[in-house]
Amino acid sequence: MPATQTDSSPPGGLEPAPRRPSAVRPGDRIFSGLSKGAGITLLVIMAAIAVFLSIRAAVAISANEGNFLTTFEWDANASPPYFGIAVLLFGTVVSSVIAMVLAVPVAVGIALFISHYAPRRVAGTLGYVVDLLAAVPSIIYGLWGALFLVPQMTGLYSWLDQFLGWTGIFAYDNTPARSLMTVGILLAIMILPIITSVTREIFKQTPKAHEEAALALGATRWEVIRMTVLPFGRSGVISASMLGLGRALGETMAVATVLSPAFLINISLLESGGGTFAQNIASQFKEAGSMGRDALIASGLVLFLLTLLVNGAARLIIARRKEFTS
Amino acid sequence: MAKRIDVTGLTAFYGTHRAIEGISMHVQPKSVTAFIGPSGCGKSTFLRTLNRMHEVTPGGRVEGQVMLDNEDLYGPGVDPVQVRRNIGMVFQRPNPFPTMSIYDNVVAGLKLNGKFSRAELDEVVEKNLRGANLWNEVKDRLHKPGSGLSGGQQQRLCIARATAVEPDVLLMDEPCSALDPISTLAIEDLISQLKSRFTIVIVTHNMQQAARVSERTAFFNLAAVGQPGKLIEIDTTDRIFSNPSVQATEDYISGRFG
Ligand SMILES: Nc1ncnc2c1ncn2[C@@H]1O[C@H](COP(=O)(O)OP(=O)(O)O)[C@@H](O)[C@H]1O
Ligand SMILES: [Mg+2]
Repeated sequence: MPATQTDSSPPGGLEPAPRRPSAVRPGDRIFSGLSKGAGITLLVIMAAIAVFLSIRAAVAISANEGNFLTTFEWDANASPPYFGIAVLLFGTVVSSVIAMVLAVPVAVGIALFISHYAPRRVAGTLGYVVDLLAAVPSIIYGLWGALFLVPQMTGLYSWLDQFLGWTGIFAYDNTPARSLMTVGILLAIMILPIITSVTREIFKQTPKAHEEAALALGATRWEVIRMTVLPFGRSGVISASMLGLGRALGETMAVATVLSPAFLINISLLESGGGTFAQNIASQFKEAGSMGRDALIASGLVLFLLTLLVNGAARLIIARRKEFTS
Repeated sequence: MAKRIDVTGLTAFYGTHRAIEGISMHVQPKSVTAFIGPSGCGKSTFLRTLNRMHEVTPGGRVEGQVMLDNEDLYGPGVDPVQVRRNIGMVFQRPNPFPTMSIYDNVVAGLKLNGKFSRAELDEVVEKNLRGANLWNEVKDRLHKPGSGLSGGQQQRLCIARATAVEPDVLLMDEPCSALDPISTLAIEDLISQLKSRFTIVIVTHNMQQAARVSERTAFFNLAAVGQPGKLIEIDTTDRIFSNPSVQATEDYISGRFG
């Protein structure tokens, strides 16, 4: 561990410049004033936004004839307005969970391959490609999803239906695969690069001393990874996943391009229908009246709360085993 | 079970750099052999060829022969992982697994080898922590992380971890160089006790330490920086320190260089 240098006396045995304790240098004062001002301005702006959104949301919710949490319909422009977030909450959570379940293991696998298995040249190229994929705009993924992924999925879904259709969850009616499952798969592909590149960097930082300790005990390469790399990178993997989850929860364009939305909860994840918070806002905002917009704002605040909740949970998980990470 | 080591014509490379060259020696079972020599002469490199850790370094390559009793460690078909299970290693800096408890650190190597009952593991933990003179200090916090211990305690924990798999040989690379004098003495005591169970090879930059703990001492040297390190001589520790047969050894021992 590098020692922190706290000694502030100038090197070379020079006498320290005489201090004038009362006189604050003008540069210091200007900088301190600027940064303080910027900080306060930021807080004020954020508070103002929060207040504005909350008021608008409250207006919509108090005018709402339906139950905001349990109603399936979204008739926010009707008078009286009648809307609820049940479908959106379901769609957002389900598509994000699918995305995480698919993306995290694959991302960890690729990251391990790059950091601990691949020859250096291959690892470099692969790492570069992954970083490049992270920079592709989401509308491109959306177009690719709609034009390529959706038609490709029908075969897989029919196959799933054949074996798992009886569960209901994997029932499939051979309509175009513009469903939550396809959205989840697309989101998984979209968040894969960011999770991969963050976890890869964490895995690379595993102390050599720990890996050598495991090797010297007679651990195989996989055992070294299990004993040192994964425990060391655990909190990093969680953080990276949260980064990906944040993107999946809030993804708008790609979902709106692929999903065929409908205000219903379809037990089958393979059949079209459903919606997500972000997609619903994007799809409805233009045609919405004043009340409709306020209702959308209310749903946006729920998305915000959901994200906060997920991040809080992640922090708890990381903190629980803090004692065992140095 | 302690075994003897016979090295013949061993040369080790880092890429194209020849770090040590033409080393041949015998290491007696159930005794302590010390490696001394100026820094950079290849003591660590040589030590790491004895449990096939050298080839873990990118570009690391070895020529020559290392026999453990009658087994050729570099023979065709020999699994380096298996070699490392039989030859334990303790490093310069204490390196307990930070994400594991003290208990899990001790049995980490054992768990690689198969399934053990809780009672068996408990027994191994107690035996080896006692063997490392650490039991009394940690018996009440076995399930706390090993990283909470002092440096000296951590190093003894690493020794317990290495001995828990009952290796044939224990290699130690300057195990005390990161420790205070009290902890150093504790480890030296421990080494003297452990030699009844294991063949021990220890690298040290501290000549008093070599004199205190070892039966035999090997002196390594290199002609110039960039040249490969070589074994100058190996003999009983008494002879090396009182009446070495090579002038360079005497110069080094008496502090005329290095
Ligand atoms: N990882 C490495 N890569 C390249 N060269 C190395 C590496 N480790 C050691 N060397 C070189 O090998 C030689 C012997 O080093 P080392 O075995 O560490 O010596 P000692 O332990 O006696 O101080 C030195 O010249 C050193 O520069
Ligand atoms: Mg060394």
